[in-house]
Amino acid sequence: MHLMYFTEQPMSAYDAQEGLKYGATALTFSNKHFDPVEGSRLYNQYLEEYIYAEECGADGIMLNEHHNAPFCMQAKANVFASILAAVTKRVKIVLLGNPLPLADNPIRLAEELAMIDMISKGRLVSGFVRGGGQEQLATGVNPAFNRERFQEAHDLIVKTWTQPGPFRWEGTHYQHRVVNPWAVPLQKPYPRVWIPGVLSKETVIWAAQHRYPYIALNTSIEATKVIWDLYDKVAEEAGYTAGPENRGYLIRVHVQDTEEKAVKNAKQFMWMQGEFTGLAHPVWANPAGYFSPSGRRGFVEFAVGRAKNPRGNPTFEEQRQNMMIVCGTPDQCIERLKTLMEATRPGIFGFWANDGNVSAEDSRNCIRLLCQEVMPAIREHGKKLGLKSPFEAEAPVSIDYSTDLRRAAAE
Amino acid sequence: MGGNIAWKEHAATVAGCGLHYMRAGSGRSLLVLHHDIGTVERLPFYDALAARFDVIVPHHPGWGRSERPAWLRHPRDIAAIYQWLLADLGVSDVCPVGLGFGGWIAAEMASLAPQRFRRLALLNPMGIKPPEGEIADQAILSYIAYPMLGFHDEAAFKRVYGDVSTDQLEAWDIAREMSFRTAWKPYMYSQTLPHLLGGVRAPALIVWGAENRIVPVSAGEAYRSALRDATLTVLPGAGHFIEMERPDESAKLVSDFAGAN
Repeated sequence: MHLMYFTEQPMSAYDAQEGLKYGATALTFSNKHFDPVEGSRLYNQYLEEYIYAEECGADGIMLNEHHNAPFCMQAKANVFASILAAVTKRVKIVLLGNPLPLADNPIRLAEELAMIDMISKGRLVSGFVRGGGQEQLATGVNPAFNRERFQEAHDLIVKTWTQPGPFRWEGTHYQHRVVNPWAVPLQKPYPRVWIPGVLSKETVIWAAQHRYPYIALNTSIEATKVIWDLYDKVAEEAGYTAGPENRGYLIRVHVQDTEEKAVKNAKQFMWMQGEFTGLAHPVWANPAGYFSPSGRRGFVEFAVGRAKNPRGNPTFEEQRQNMMIVCGTPDQCIERLKTLMEATRPGIFGFWANDGNVSAEDSRNCIRLLCQEVMPAIREHGKKLGLKSPFEAEAPVSIDYSTDLRRAAAE
Repeated sequence: MGGNIAWKEHAATVAGCGLHYMRAGSGRSLLVLHHDIGTVERLPFYDALAARFDVIVPHHPGWGRSERPAWLRHPRDIAAIYQWLLADLGVSDVCPVGLGFGGWIAAEMASLAPQRFRRLALLNPMGIKPPEGEIADQAILSYIAYPMLGFHDEAAFKRVYGDVSTDQLEAWDIAREMSFRTAWKPYMYSQTLPHLLGGVRAPALIVWGAENRIVPVSAGEAYRSALRDATLTVLPGAGHFIEMERPDESAKLVSDFAGAN
């Protein structure tokens, strides 16, 4: 298994009352509530924690990015990835991921990622995402072309990584006269690409068609099984059989020496009123054209307050109950996580361990217990269950580099 | 006025795109171009115009019952589609009546063919960057909040949309998606249009709601300056969706203007 440490890098040092008063903690919630002195302290704290996670035995550090919101301080995943490339020695640097549609110049992304791959001596996992709806609004990118831009930017980056330049790119959303960046990735044919997601069927299908591992972001066990059923079906159609190496799962888990302390800190997972991406208007999270047209009718009713959130709004206790949040002592967490592994069989397991306003001391303690006590037990259990990571399974980077496709299906 | 107007539904194919339009009345032709939020099937404003003119009300490509061309990128594309439609219909004596976003399309049509129209009516047209103030961004407003912002009188909103059906909400989401596909950046204006309007020979009527919270009246003044023969009439106590809010006055202004020799 591949076991990763993750935090959203919460900008917890702002007055939560201000967000409640304003009614939103995203997009238009004023950045006057951001304190750069606290920001500096927290960025450095998070950096120390990543280094500590490596020392304690994590296989990977998972990074992401968001914009205009306190729930995540990372505005550019490649910045922390660059730092970690230099200051860590062993961990995989797993970007989940760069929001491709936000890039007006995907070649630049291809170059940055190639640099990170070389500086880290081949430790980059280059995940790609569509970016949340709010990210499109925060960065002025047309949400109606989000999926088209995602796919075209991906194709352009992969071509940039795998075919010698110069070449010309005359696409629908991207046109480039001379594609010929000097920096290319160390890993061949190119760094692994993993695709995280939570809702869109279209993304699951796209990931399976490319044979890229899909990382389910804290979905319920039932929803995760539905995702794997779809992935497996598309994989069969594409000519291969999907396994644990195609499956990743991110779980919120907080470990402490006592259950009481773990529960207290785990409640911080709800610090954004239970919304991962903060309090926001539904039309910010799903601007017109961003969402799957099949969900349009349900969504517009939700957006004007006539229907409940299709994702629901479970309480902390409910989420603990259905294992969307795991917390407790190492033994308690191991037991719960084993159940999750048996139910969803991932080869990649991400642990979203600290959120909101957890003290630096408790964060560190959580990382130590997670990496030194929980991860070894999970790794052992994974072996018993035959849950291999893409590295252990030596899985091909993508369908184009597969040598085991069943010909009839592939044609 | 106009309660018994017989509207007929029509279909046309232009640039590979199936277009839906309604048509009623006789006389000189008015091409009525709807807002960014699309249009309901019937409006007192349309009926009032059809009592005196041949009125053609298309659904913009991608909006309402017209098909979406995947390649469509700009209101200027829609303008070219409508020039094509007019050519196919064989109508010559035409006055475009552009409403908000439709006003932008009408202005693009006129700039593309400066001698094509006898007259040009623009009611709260988008399309020019307001020298003062900004065009309201529907992307951060909800489905009901945005149309409501365009009414000075909330009762008028209720009169047209009632409690707002789910079908209407869906239509607004589709309309919003099309607005993004055609006018995302710069949002709801063209940087080149003001420089191209000076060639238009047709006299232009520009009408503005004094309480327009979607496009500031400074954009109306910019239109008047850019066109060579234009008047700007500002109606007090009216908003952006002026033809729905004040149908009789709006129709009279347009009728008197379009009917004049």
